[in-house]
Amino acid sequence: MSTAFDHPEYNYKVVRQFAIMTVVWGIVGMAVGVLIAAQLAWPALNFDTPWLSFGRLRPLHTNAVIFAFGGSALFATSYYIVQRTCRTRLFSDTLASFTFWGWQAIVVAAAITLPLGMTSAKEYAELEWPIDILVTLVWVAYVVNFLGTLAIRKESHIYVANWFFAAFMIMIAILYIGNNLAVPVSLGKSYSVWAGTIDAMIQWWWGHNAVGFFLTAGFLGIMYYFVPKQAGRPVYSYRLSIVHFWALISIYVWAGGHHLHYSALPDWAQTAGMVMSLILLAPSWGGMINGMMTLSGAWHKLRNDPILRFLVVSLSFYGMSTFEGPMMSIKTVNALSHNTDWTIGHVHSGALGWVAMVSIGALYHLIPIMFGRKAGDMHSVKLINVHFWLSTIGTVLYIAAMWVNGIMQGLMWRAVNADGTLTYSFVESVEASHGGYVVRVLGGALFLTGMLIMAYNVFMTVRAANKEAGNAVAAQA
Amino acid sequence: MDINDVRGLGSIFALMAFAGIFWWAYGSSRKKRFDDDAQIPFHDNDEMPAHDDKDRSK
Repeated sequence: MSTAFDHPEYNYKVVRQFAIMTVVWGIVGMAVGVLIAAQLAWPALNFDTPWLSFGRLRPLHTNAVIFAFGGSALFATSYYIVQRTCRTRLFSDTLASFTFWGWQAIVVAAAITLPLGMTSAKEYAELEWPIDILVTLVWVAYVVNFLGTLAIRKESHIYVANWFFAAFMIMIAILYIGNNLAVPVSLGKSYSVWAGTIDAMIQWWWGHNAVGFFLTAGFLGIMYYFVPKQAGRPVYSYRLSIVHFWALISIYVWAGGHHLHYSALPDWAQTAGMVMSLILLAPSWGGMINGMMTLSGAWHKLRNDPILRFLVVSLSFYGMSTFEGPMMSIKTVNALSHNTDWTIGHVHSGALGWVAMVSIGALYHLIPIMFGRKAGDMHSVKLINVHFWLSTIGTVLYIAAMWVNGIMQGLMWRAVNADGTLTYSFVESVEASHGGYVVRVLGGALFLTGMLIMAYNVFMTVRAANKEAGNAVAAQA
Repeated sequence: MDINDVRGLGSIFALMAFAGIFWWAYGSSRKKRFDDDAQIPFHDNDEMPAHDDKDRSK
């Protein structure tokens, strides 16, 4: 990559690196997702090979899309936003560079160890202890660099996006270390220090806050910067954003119990998880409305700005999934939805509709800037629009298929005959799910196609920018 | 006083903290400063000095 685009004041190099890798890991992670979705529709696709089996590739998919794709998006945008809203260069270029190469090494290590079957068997925390230690080192460097940048800021107030980023990285540090505490027995195997029900509670204290802080607070930081920037107007209510921030971060940490309804977890803890999840609707929607209303009086901009459309539709999906989540945490609803594909659909309406789409919108805004162009000045606006529709239709197909499958599975599993025996065997519900699984493959493939179009668009933008930079240098000489 | 009193006080403290944040955020004397803070993303210029529109048209 050319150094012709280095900003005189800010460290754009690390932002550029993470932004490009977000696209790359997005394609890798989603391609694995489409493969394992296809395996559920056509099981022969595991080719009877252990390292291509669903059980090993599924954590690879989740790690790749959450930590490689989502993580790179968060690194890129947080480093970008903190510099621009503090009007200062990053605290340390060395630490920034360490976080980039360290994070890439972690992703590669995950991509090697998970298919080999090395796993701590904790959801969204499968990586074994040597990789966990590297994650911790990189994360500490990230936190020091980010907070250090806030400390040397030239803007007196810390903009709200940075509050969300800071909360996200501090909480993830605490949760990640807490959940991954383990006793190693060999280089590739360890046992959790937690046991039994406590292990389950700690696991979902982490698991739900991986959603709440990694996939929500961090991406709300993206929203609070890029929605106003792309819309060209300040956020609807800065005062609401303050209440939003404190309410969201103080309630999210209590909601994890809803993953363990009707389990050995004490009843009061399940109910507390459910109540906190229901309360969570208020700050979630407060933030969603704050983002949406930023557009009030400027809705016409949506007509010809597909980047803004990405950002605003991501907020719609965020609103939808943060309504669905509290609803599913109600014990009686959960009795139907738990362990069914409805959960998978819910996760993906958040992951594809919210996390991926808000990241994609932010990347289309900032990648041109990283290469000396104006915000959003990509090679082809038309292709951004094509990408937008592929993402939207892909997400809707995916979640609709999982709703149908999930509710059907829940109803089939609970159906009983007059004599009390089960009406359906489990495998009958699997067979009945086949149609939904095929539709899911289609939805995922559409979303992945959009990412490939994005990669092409980014490539062409970078190529054109490099050419222009070369011409500019030649003209000066 | 047993542990449950502490828990009860904790709930009251959390509610008061929320009310306090709400009062602080919406107090009319701070309206102007928050309106100014909302402008922070626009304090910075999107253009990079070395590569503005003119350079690109060449």
